[in-house]
Amino acid sequence: MDEALIGGLIASTLRVSTPLILCALAAVLSERSGVIDLGLEGKMLLSAFAAGATGALTGSLGLALLAALVVGFALSMVHGYACVSHTGDQVVLGMALTMIAAGLSVVLGIAWFKQGGQTPPLSDAVRLGPWFTGAGEALKGVPVVGAVVGGGLLGHNPLVYAALLLVPGVWWLLYRTRAGLRLRATGENPAMVDAAGLSVKGLRYAALAGNGLLCGLAGSTLVLAQNANFVPNMTAGRGYMALAAMIFGKWHPVGALWACLLFGFLDAVAIRLQGVALPAALGGGAVPVQAIQALPYVLTVVLLAGFIGRSRAPAALGVPYIKTR
Amino acid sequence: MSQPVELPRWMDVGLLPLVNLALALAVAAIVVAVVGLNPLQVLTLLAKGAFGSAAGLSYTLYYATTFVFTGLAVAVAFHGGLFNIGGEGQAMLGGLGCSLMALWAGPHAGPALVLPLMVAAAMVFGAAWAAVPGALQAWRGSHVVITTIMFNFIASALLAWLLVNVLKDPGSMSVETAAFPESAHLPGMHQLLGALGIDWPRTPLNLSLLLAVAAAVLVQLFLWRSRAGYELRAVGFSPDAAHYGGIRPRGQVMLAMGLSGALAGLVGINELAGVQHRLLLDFVVGAGFTGIAVSLIGRNHPVGIVLAALLFGALFQGGAELAFEIPGFSRDMVTTLQGLIVLFSGAMAQVAAPALAQLHRVLARPAGAAHG
Repeated sequence: MDEALIGGLIASTLRVSTPLILCALAAVLSERSGVIDLGLEGKMLLSAFAAGATGALTGSLGLALLAALVVGFALSMVHGYACVSHTGDQVVLGMALTMIAAGLSVVLGIAWFKQGGQTPPLSDAVRLGPWFTGAGEALKGVPVVGAVVGGGLLGHNPLVYAALLLVPGVWWLLYRTRAGLRLRATGENPAMVDAAGLSVKGLRYAALAGNGLLCGLAGSTLVLAQNANFVPNMTAGRGYMALAAMIFGKWHPVGALWACLLFGFLDAVAIRLQGVALPAALGGGAVPVQAIQALPYVLTVVLLAGFIGRSRAPAALGVPYIKTR
Repeated sequence: MSQPVELPRWMDVGLLPLVNLALALAVAAIVVAVVGLNPLQVLTLLAKGAFGSAAGLSYTLYYATTFVFTGLAVAVAFHGGLFNIGGEGQAMLGGLGCSLMALWAGPHAGPALVLPLMVAAAMVFGAAWAAVPGALQAWRGSHVVITTIMFNFIASALLAWLLVNVLKDPGSMSVETAAFPESAHLPGMHQLLGALGIDWPRTPLNLSLLLAVAAAVLVQLFLWRSRAGYELRAVGFSPDAAHYGGIRPRGQVMLAMGLSGALAGLVGINELAGVQHRLLLDFVVGAGFTGIAVSLIGRNHPVGIVLAALLFGALFQGGAELAFEIPGFSRDMVTTLQGLIVLFSGAMAQVAAPALAQLHRVLARPAGAAHG
């Protein structure tokens, strides 16, 4: 196969996967603590809007990033207030956040910028530029490596590398620290955590705090690195795909990473194969792009049904913890 | 603090939902004020747009029809102990079913045969699409919330593929099927009323409204007046106790999901047989999710659902009118309000309960003292 094509595929896979990875890590954190997160889509969308609006109004990259993080965090705190402090239904809350974000981002966008819900395009100073372009240039002359490493792995925006580094980070937090052990125990057996004298509420709020910040990063990826502005409903189901990836990765950060890369790869391939004809051996005709796009969801359902391995949710997932005496 | 609170029935059924709705409206009013509009003016214009004219009222009822179907769909599954988020996908498949029937049987038979067949096809396709997650839940233990979400995306990809590659009308530029034959057009309400000698403006409102009312009545009778409905609710209330009582939970899961999907599938009748007269992409436009909000405020009861569907019908119609009248107001305000209602009436439904219980204690004390 053509090296440039491989390099291009790697590059677009990484680009498409980045918001998925960040969101899936957010889901891992909250779900391992026992809180279902169906609000990923909404948290990501409103954070993206916050980044786009703040970036356009202030012209400051730092403030735009901060706004996205604050909005993601705030929505997760609403999540905590309804579902951890009060025993609200976690599934319903996720739906609510997603609807509110979808509506509010457009309402505020139209009122403030009068461009049909879009925010004005951000200047390059407010956007995250590519990193390691120098190294990519230097490798250009080298055969194979130049195209694959230089074209595929280098020259991405910093959030791509941040997402990839956060995967071992979250893994280390969950599996190598005391806080992580407690957090996972909260998702499996909150009564035991309570009996050990720890605060179930505190742990779940902490998990949600991390969840919100990661969703904020995912949202800012869309506006500060991929698109040049906020567009209504720009998340387009990525939050749910990240949720599917987290399930496909069996509630594990590294598993989720591979699932996100697989889903991102399928997306990248689907975009490239638009309008390409199937080889005659397969009957000809156009490649069913929609089938490739639906594949992540089909795979997740098949996995959930236990036909390829078993994906087991944390035991206390979705069950509000009521402290009794 | 998070302990469940006991409330008298009138507060639990009547006051608490109203308080929650008022909270959602209050937050929405703040948002309206933030974007520089007068909440009171918006509310007045919204009510006028939704109920102020025969045409406005018709649009309100037309939207409400769809929401009755999706709201009932959520409620039936809920009574079976299942949260069906897949109304969106099931409605798409219902639309596919009724369209295939319209295009297949339409040219060969009259409306008296074709229309009932289309209703049946919409229900069967919707039920089948819901039955797969149902079966996976019943036999494989895969959580129905997740699988129905996945099935929404799969349905939308399937519909897109079918429309682009198989069903698209070759003569048309847009991605839609050929128009249904005349016999597959569900009569509009203006035609029916016109036949009765009443002059009524031409709107999308069609006979599906009567179908929606019938569905609400039948669901009410089924759930609370039939043995099968009792069994379904028993499984929803306590699967283990119901199983011990001789009811097979798996069958009930299938029944609940099947009925739920069939109800959601009827959206296709209102939107396609009644209005569009062809199959197109995106005819469901979030109605499946609105059904969740409708069912939540309607407290999963058909009477409540009809009222809640009217509320949402009015919001959608009034919102559309407002978007014309006030520059800077967008219909997405209605989506925001819908989300706020789901938040306050659903996820945070019990947050206000302790305060109400406190209020009740304060009010009840003098009466109790007089008895003593």
